[in-house]
Amino acid sequence: MGVIKSDALSMYRWMVLTRRFEEKVVALYKQRGSAEMPHSSIGQEAVGVGVCYGLRRDDWVLPSLRTRAAFLVRGISCRHQMAAVFGKDTPQAGGKNTSHHMGDPNLGLMVGGGIVGGGIAVGVGAGLACKYRNSGAVSVVFFGDGASNRGDFHEALNLAGVLKLPVVFVIENNQYAMSTPLSRSTACRRLCDRSASYGFPGAQVDGNDVLAVHEAAQEAVDRARQDSIPTLLECVTYRWRGHSERDVDTPYRTVEEVEQWKLRCPIKRLHNQLLAWGCSERELETIDESCCAEVEDAAAYMDSAPYPSPESAAAGVYVGA
Amino acid sequence: MRVITYRDALREALREEMLANPDVFLLGEDIGVYGAPFKVTKGLLEEFGPHRVVETPISESAIVGVAAGAAACGLRPVAEISYMDFLGIAMDQILSNVSKIHYISNGLFRQPLVIRSAYGAGGRSGAYHSQSLEALFAHIPGLYVAMPSTPHDAKGMLKAAIRDDNPVLFLEHKLLYGVKGPVPEEEYLVPLGKAEVRREGQDITLVASGMMVSKALRAAARLEEEGVDADVIDLRTVKPLDVETVVASVKKTGRLLVTHEGHQICGVGAEVAAIVSKEAFGYLDGPIERVCVPDNPIPLSPPMEDYCLPSEDRLAEVALAMVIPAQRR
Repeated sequence: MGVIKSDALSMYRWMVLTRRFEEKVVALYKQRGSAEMPHSSIGQEAVGVGVCYGLRRDDWVLPSLRTRAAFLVRGISCRHQMAAVFGKDTPQAGGKNTSHHMGDPNLGLMVGGGIVGGGIAVGVGAGLACKYRNSGAVSVVFFGDGASNRGDFHEALNLAGVLKLPVVFVIENNQYAMSTPLSRSTACRRLCDRSASYGFPGAQVDGNDVLAVHEAAQEAVDRARQDSIPTLLECVTYRWRGHSERDVDTPYRTVEEVEQWKLRCPIKRLHNQLLAWGCSERELETIDESCCAEVEDAAAYMDSAPYPSPESAAAGVYVGA
Repeated sequence: MRVITYRDALREALREEMLANPDVFLLGEDIGVYGAPFKVTKGLLEEFGPHRVVETPISESAIVGVAAGAAACGLRPVAEISYMDFLGIAMDQILSNVSKIHYISNGLFRQPLVIRSAYGAGGRSGAYHSQSLEALFAHIPGLYVAMPSTPHDAKGMLKAAIRDDNPVLFLEHKLLYGVKGPVPEEEYLVPLGKAEVRREGQDITLVASGMMVSKALRAAARLEEEGVDADVIDLRTVKPLDVETVVASVKKTGRLLVTHEGHQICGVGAEVAAIVSKEAFGYLDGPIERVCVPDNPIPLSPPMEDYCLPSEDRLAEVALAMVIPAQRR
């Protein structure tokens, strides 16, 4: 494996930060409610981290609603994300958008929208822009197993394949589309096999092994960057919590299944790998402490951050008007 | 001044803007050697190459979505959706991405794109190739809707639309493509959101869009023979809507008739009527009339299609009745 220890440690920190952030959001939501209904990525941290780590600043990333890690790795602060969850004013959203659809052109983060699968073509458009400008930049689009059944998935991938655009399509396959299991939503067995319809490679990877995700993603990114050929990268993972915090009991899956997947925690896995490579427990604890501190700071920032003015709701619809 | 077709005027606008700005590119179905269904893009692939004239499969949703993504990255795509009837396929991309990205990104992203699309009836094209759905799109915050009625406006407004950082749905009536009109040789723009008074009169205001503008002008000529003088206002854009020009006219004439090819029910005329009835309430001598298309799809058979469309006869008849009370006619 070509990953050096310092990169692995960085990815570890990003996963821990994502986990602690998501846990804090859930805790605050339970205490007081939030503007934004939390859709936790707890359990799926390795996908966003493994894919986004090492991308160029001018690459484009369009996260799914559950790719919290992507926002952190690309560089939106915990403070701004936490503020957005609670509807406070932020430069990226101004109270108008959720934290999990924010964008920032300076960070190569494409703004998203609330329609499942609706952003895939937008990500392809970013890929077209990269190729048009001959910048060598690529576009990475995340979406879930459910979104891959949308008609828009088909149109977007077909267009990327026929125009040969530098796009990496990442399916965060957590095996459920809200309450619908993969076996009842999709007739084909492996989602990555769908790439054959569009004339470009597909690959499936253990989405809870951040180093494997990173290696597979780098291969796809290189293919996009050098040959302008897309890839459909399916990362098999699992979400520990419900679809959202409204979905608490998750009646569509068994407690045993959830517990089984918790044993495959992506953070624990890398934790053990790092220890095997010579890191100390203390070193890893320190990382956790620093992440917790960063998240606490974000919560305090959010508490004192103001709401945008009510009148600002009517502003910013049109440029120049 | 030279006289060219609406189609040629549009092509000139595309070509000039593509020459002036390397970020402008075209995408859509059949826009290459075929030149697009209405031949607006003929010759552009040969001049600019496939890098800038991007032909796509049948995938209206992806065409608009990809345009949205490219525009968010700062390019200036002009997407063609052959018939406005196909915009339904791309509806979510328009509703969720194109029209909202600027707002929800707190201004960090823009959508400087144009979606060009042919609309309108009278061409014996049936229910799926004749619709006039501008009202649906005007209802969506964040989207401009343009409907030029002359070659002059087609060129000037398309250039303005391409340069505008807002997304513009640019609707071209399919029966206008072959119509000729004066178009200056030198560079000019027609700003979006400014209606044009095509004819001045004291007795009644006729507000029209697209194909209905020339019908309204012919109706006005007939009215003149009956001693009735009409203001004819060409809306040019449904969004932004030039309320001031319409209100100023009605304050002068006291009578308003709105005509368009969109269905009467919840059509653009309803919006114009509501605004005028508030802003010029005390000036109105009678109720506002709308002469539009009934609440049915456009049928194929010629006499049936003609029955549905507002004719200049009908316009003149309704306008006359508004101005000259029945007992004096």
